[in-house]
Amino acid sequence: MLEIKNLHASVDNNEILRGVDLTINAGEVHAIMGPNGSGKSTLAQVLAGRDAYEVSGEVTYLGKDLLELDPEERAREGIFLAFQYPVEIPGVSNTYFLKAALNAIRKERGEEELDAMDFLKLVKEKLKILHIDDDLLKRPVNEGFSGGEKKRNEIFQMAVLEPKLCILDETDSGLDIDALRIVADGVNAMRSKDRAILVVTHYQRLLQYIVPDFVHVLVEGRIVKSGGKELALQLEEKGYGWLEGDLATASR
Amino acid sequence: MRKEKNMLDVMDIKDHYLEVFSRFEKELEADERSPMHRLRESAIGRFAELGFPTAHDEEWRFTNIAPMTRVSFPRASTSIPRSLTLSKLDQLTYDSWDCHRLVFVNGALARELSDILKTPGFELKSLREALHDDARSVEAHLAKYADREEHAFVALNTAFLDDGAFIRIPKNFVVEKPIHLIFVSAAAGEAVMAHPRVLLVAEPNSQATIVESYVSLAPHSVFTNAVTEIVLGENAGIDHYKIERENRQTFHVATLQVQQDRSSRFSSHSITTGGALARNDVNATLAGEGCECTLNGLYMATDKQLIDNHTRIDHAKPHCTSHELYKGILDGQARGVFNGKIYVHQDAQKTDAKQTNKTLLLSEEAVINTKPQLEIFADDVKCTHGATVGQLAAEAIFYLRSRGIGRDDARSLLTFAFANDIIGRIKVEPVRRHLEEMLLAGRSQAERGEIKEVI
Repeated sequence: MLEIKNLHASVDNNEILRGVDLTINAGEVHAIMGPNGSGKSTLAQVLAGRDAYEVSGEVTYLGKDLLELDPEERAREGIFLAFQYPVEIPGVSNTYFLKAALNAIRKERGEEELDAMDFLKLVKEKLKILHIDDDLLKRPVNEGFSGGEKKRNEIFQMAVLEPKLCILDETDSGLDIDALRIVADGVNAMRSKDRAILVVTHYQRLLQYIVPDFVHVLVEGRIVKSGGKELALQLEEKGYGWLEGDLATASR
Repeated sequence: MRKEKNMLDVMDIKDHYLEVFSRFEKELEADERSPMHRLRESAIGRFAELGFPTAHDEEWRFTNIAPMTRVSFPRASTSIPRSLTLSKLDQLTYDSWDCHRLVFVNGALARELSDILKTPGFELKSLREALHDDARSVEAHLAKYADREEHAFVALNTAFLDDGAFIRIPKNFVVEKPIHLIFVSAAAGEAVMAHPRVLLVAEPNSQATIVESYVSLAPHSVFTNAVTEIVLGENAGIDHYKIERENRQTFHVATLQVQQDRSSRFSSHSITTGGALARNDVNATLAGEGCECTLNGLYMATDKQLIDNHTRIDHAKPHCTSHELYKGILDGQARGVFNGKIYVHQDAQKTDAKQTNKTLLLSEEAVINTKPQLEIFADDVKCTHGATVGQLAAEAIFYLRSRGIGRDDARSLLTFAFANDIIGRIKVEPVRRHLEEMLLAGRSQAERGEIKEVI
């Protein structure tokens, strides 16, 4: 589904990603772990099309050159980024925002736009899964939301938009254990053989609830180690320090 | 023929207005001893002393009126142009709207286009007629509030005072339907000037909604110089809307002067989208205890438009509240000016005053000059002010786009969201709907309904 080759990204000549290679197939759940400042969030943002970076390398998504696509085209092709810091948009209701997004995506898929009734039915179903009150729909997008509400709103949007590739950027940070379980349940409900999930996280804790098939360690803009879910436990135990040897190898 | 004059000829342009005035006075054949005649004479005298303001004048620092002083505007004809039909009026304002309507062409009542009920329970007529019917009670208020001593444009308007709108709401009377005053500026080729005037007297416990629309019939240049005076008796309530959407060749200068007595409630919604140059002065004096005054403003300019809003609120008595929110959206090479003064007089303890100005710049070349001015002479007050200038947040645009919403849609949605709180305060439905249509062009009515649901 997604093939990343030698991906570089920099801001103001400051190189953050220094040659990332990663392949993700449909049906798989990948986790990217790494210390602060290793480039995890940059990778997530670059895949979603944030234009703040100078990017080189190759990214193929469903046979298309992903880097050629605008953010909205990527979204319509099925890429979804759950933001680490969801943006507040005062003056725009969640309902309008989500309906505009859903209909833009449905149009791309050649499906009919949903009318107000069908839309409401769909979103109410998804709200229940994430234990969110109906009044969220009328509230302005993320405005005045607590940190946990914002993260739940991201996963709620993901559930409504039904993307093919879900990228979760530190969705667990700032969540208490109850909120974490709810968010993880929401994500697990979306696991399917046609969908891939990329979880970016600093903590191993999330991976107890969203169990990955593969774990990759990103340090200083490169993936220095890949393995199965047990790698996350090793990292929890030993920290990132023990990978320094691998890092030295990688930089050579 | 339009006479072009250069900037050094400011003295000459003053002579032009004095000349036009003396011809106007002759035409009127007024009784030289009448109070109206004396009022005009004193006003033109004051204008002759003041002259037009220049950039050296603090109140006009950022608004250069030189282009306007290069044109020798004659007085406009007040006959109704043939093209100004009822359906044309709907097109220029709002479709089939249930309101009391007075239409003015270049400041004079167009009786055939106005619908005035015979006995609406309150007075709604032309100023000329009101002066004819009962000069004394009109003169008790006319030109008693707007400051022609310091403001050259008010002096000029007063000098050319001849017609306009007169509204009196009697004690305890509630006018259910909005009163719509439509000021059509109409020039047939040659640039002309008009001096619309409104006097609204709201007696104690009365209530009404007034909408002033300023529109252009044709794409020709007009100098519109309007003055509105509103007097609120005890516990009266007035909601005032001013919608300026004249053409881009128009020079529009207007003063709204409000005098509030005890426990009265006044709100102003000043929406400006038209004109090459538009300058609005909104002044309110809270002259009794317990008054509430709300000033809302929205200015939207593009290309080379200049929109200048000056407001002044005088808190003269204790326990009054004023809330002011002006928002602007500037694109192209447009310029905006906001100057908000709040004077809290020594007597005005327990004043609660809040002023906010926010401007959204949509282009690199758009400019806003914003200046809040608080002068407080009482010691037990709550006063805040703030001004922000910003652009559409790149993070917010990316967030919307990352969900599949196209770039242009994302921009227009965020622009609407910025103006949404001002628009949401507009209680007059056709006015609100028109603004929504302007900001959300291309979206269906159902979609617009969902967008605004948030407020």
